[in-house]
Amino acid sequence: MKSDLFKKEQDKAKAVFPETVVRYIEECAAKTNPDSHLISVLHKVQDHFGFLAKEHMDAVSVLMQIPSTKVSGVASFYHFFNFTPRGKHRISLCMGTACFVKGAGLVLNKLKDLLGIDIGQTTPDALFSIDVARCVGACALAPVMIVDEKVYAGVKPDQVVKILAEYGFDPKKAKA
Amino acid sequence: MTTEKKVTLWIDGVKVTVSEKSTVLQAARSINIDVPSLCYHPDLSVLGACRVCLVEVEGQRNPVASCSFPVAEGMKVKTSSTLLRRLRRDVVELILDNHPMDCQTCVRNGTCELQKLAYDLGVRERLFQGERKHFEEDKSSPVHRNPDKCILCGRCIRVCGEVQGVNNLGVQNRGFRNVVAPAHECNMIDSVCIHCGQCVNVCPTAAFTEQDATESVFEALANPDLHVVVHTAPAIRATVGEGFGFKPGTPVTGKLVTALRRAGFHKVFDTNFAADLTIMEESAEFISRVQKNERLPLITSCSPGWVNFMERFYPELIPLTSTCKSPMSMQSTLLKTYYAQQMGIDPKNIFVVAVMPCTAKKFEASRPAHMAPWGKPYTDAVLTTRELIWMLKCLGVDFRNLEDGMFDSPMGVSSGAADIFGATGGVMEAALRTAYEKITGKELEALDFKQVRGVEGVKETSVEINGLTINIGVANGLKNARHILDRVVSGEKVYHIIEIMACPGGCVAGGGQPYPPAGMHVLDPELGRLRAQALYSIDGGKSLRKSHENPAIEFLYENFLGAPNSHLCHELLHTHYEPKYPRGVK
Repeated sequence: MKSDLFKKEQDKAKAVFPETVVRYIEECAAKTNPDSHLISVLHKVQDHFGFLAKEHMDAVSVLMQIPSTKVSGVASFYHFFNFTPRGKHRISLCMGTACFVKGAGLVLNKLKDLLGIDIGQTTPDALFSIDVARCVGACALAPVMIVDEKVYAGVKPDQVVKILAEYGFDPKKAKA
Repeated sequence: MTTEKKVTLWIDGVKVTVSEKSTVLQAARSINIDVPSLCYHPDLSVLGACRVCLVEVEGQRNPVASCSFPVAEGMKVKTSSTLLRRLRRDVVELILDNHPMDCQTCVRNGTCELQKLAYDLGVRERLFQGERKHFEEDKSSPVHRNPDKCILCGRCIRVCGEVQGVNNLGVQNRGFRNVVAPAHECNMIDSVCIHCGQCVNVCPTAAFTEQDATESVFEALANPDLHVVVHTAPAIRATVGEGFGFKPGTPVTGKLVTALRRAGFHKVFDTNFAADLTIMEESAEFISRVQKNERLPLITSCSPGWVNFMERFYPELIPLTSTCKSPMSMQSTLLKTYYAQQMGIDPKNIFVVAVMPCTAKKFEASRPAHMAPWGKPYTDAVLTTRELIWMLKCLGVDFRNLEDGMFDSPMGVSSGAADIFGATGGVMEAALRTAYEKITGKELEALDFKQVRGVEGVKETSVEINGLTINIGVANGLKNARHILDRVVSGEKVYHIIEIMACPGGCVAGGGQPYPPAGMHVLDPELGRLRAQALYSIDGGKSLRKSHENPAIEFLYENFLGAPNSHLCHELLHTHYEPKYPRGVK
């Protein structure tokens, strides 16, 4: 069903995204069972913005013609999607069995202490955010910490400050 | 047409032959074996989430959920055994474990399906008590949402999407944080909710309920400074009896009037009066549009659920929708203008209560367009049928044994055309009776427009008036309405007049109606048919059956309003609509 108002709403939704994302959504919409591409569309959007805001999800809803309760339902079901802006550098700490046994919990405590944030949060200066990963499949390197794309193996709590400093962390700012 | 293939199976040793598309549950119920169920609803899709309807099927290692298990040739099913009895009881016990233990103070006490199941299945103690979920209650709109009482059966989600096409509700989050809510867990008032209340109707517990207006009405009745008047919608007389043990479809107009008087209302009026008035205004609007051949089709505006839906889902149809206020708002407006003037009462001291089959009417009453110039709503309180039933019980009114009473004059006089407003197709039929005679100047011989009656979701027909073929569309249930509306927007079909009622079956099955009696279910077409039948029988039994022949209406025009669609009519009886956000997805 198409009407002028319908087109207006579509254009408003398109304006939320960059051209590449709009094109991707349109490609998905043209496929058979377009609804089944919702998750990959949400990934695409999150890749671009670093998180999913309400207006992003609502725009996806309008462009894919999927009710927004379904879009937010899917997004809130999967741990991979997050709803707050992420830090410039995203720290991902593996909490798989091997990493945990080898002391990932201590590394996590150190990270929390230094940055003053909890899992899933972002520092006030928007420089870092901490996420916890399930097993990343590199158990031989346990405990594993990933910052952006770079993998750090066998991380000890006292190495954390040095690693963070590579990304602009100022130890003087650290709590206690 | 291919004939459906049948299969034969044995349930508890009884041979039964059913369609191969049946489920085990359907087959069992067809031979009066009432396998207990909870998330299952006969008119919604199958979910299979609650596991209450477990049965044993020979050859299956574990018991299966009968609601989602298809029948097969030669299948042998056991619906009762010690194992099943214990399993079902444990399933319900586990659901109860995450449910508040406040049955006595709960509004669904006595009508709760979970409560009944717990009793039926023999849950007598709570063995699995543990941590319980907790969410904030959402009381932002006429439809209240209390997730603590939700058992995640998903009926509300299904009725909202499959029947109403609104898709406001969905499951958010996962695990312990699982909750049924609008998108982003926002409040109902900020969502695409149209307040139709069908989620309240299908909810087995009190996770969805209506906003309570009873307290404000009790307070008003106790206030000696207020003149408290009540008016009741057409559909109430066909359903309120159910609350007092009358069979569905028993008209109880006279008892209803007496009961309201006993409750202490100073005047008992009939919304039907304004229904006749609506027909006068709407048919005048229709005739003028047909004569000018503009803004067609005219779409009725009596159903507030539909109006909400239109503003969020079909704002392009705003110019086509009748500007007439609903009968409730017309009646309330006139009570605080015309009636106040006649009686010499300061309208600020009149408290207007409307008894409606509807939760969306509560929202309608609060719309800015329905506020009196002094900033108070024309309708001070809207009670659902359920709320009225409770109030009468609370007051100790022996409804069954009341003598019949008569509505007060003048705003209690109505034609049969007004009674049928409560059933799908009724507004259309009432409008046709008047429009036909107004256009042709001839008397209508057969008053029954049977082609627009009946509980079907979509009815399309045409009538010949003065050589002009009038194409008619009637829809109930908003998913059905889309079928017609989409064709209006695309221009695929030319209609002249369309009636939309938001609830499936019309107001008789509205979101504020009594929970169905045992043996019937919400959305049951038979229930809708019986209740509608009550209205058609009232109409058929009246000698006054055309709105424009209502002497009280004629008097009102002559002495107050002038002619239909006059300036004063527009000021008092008409309204406007605007596109709303968030916009719904079609």
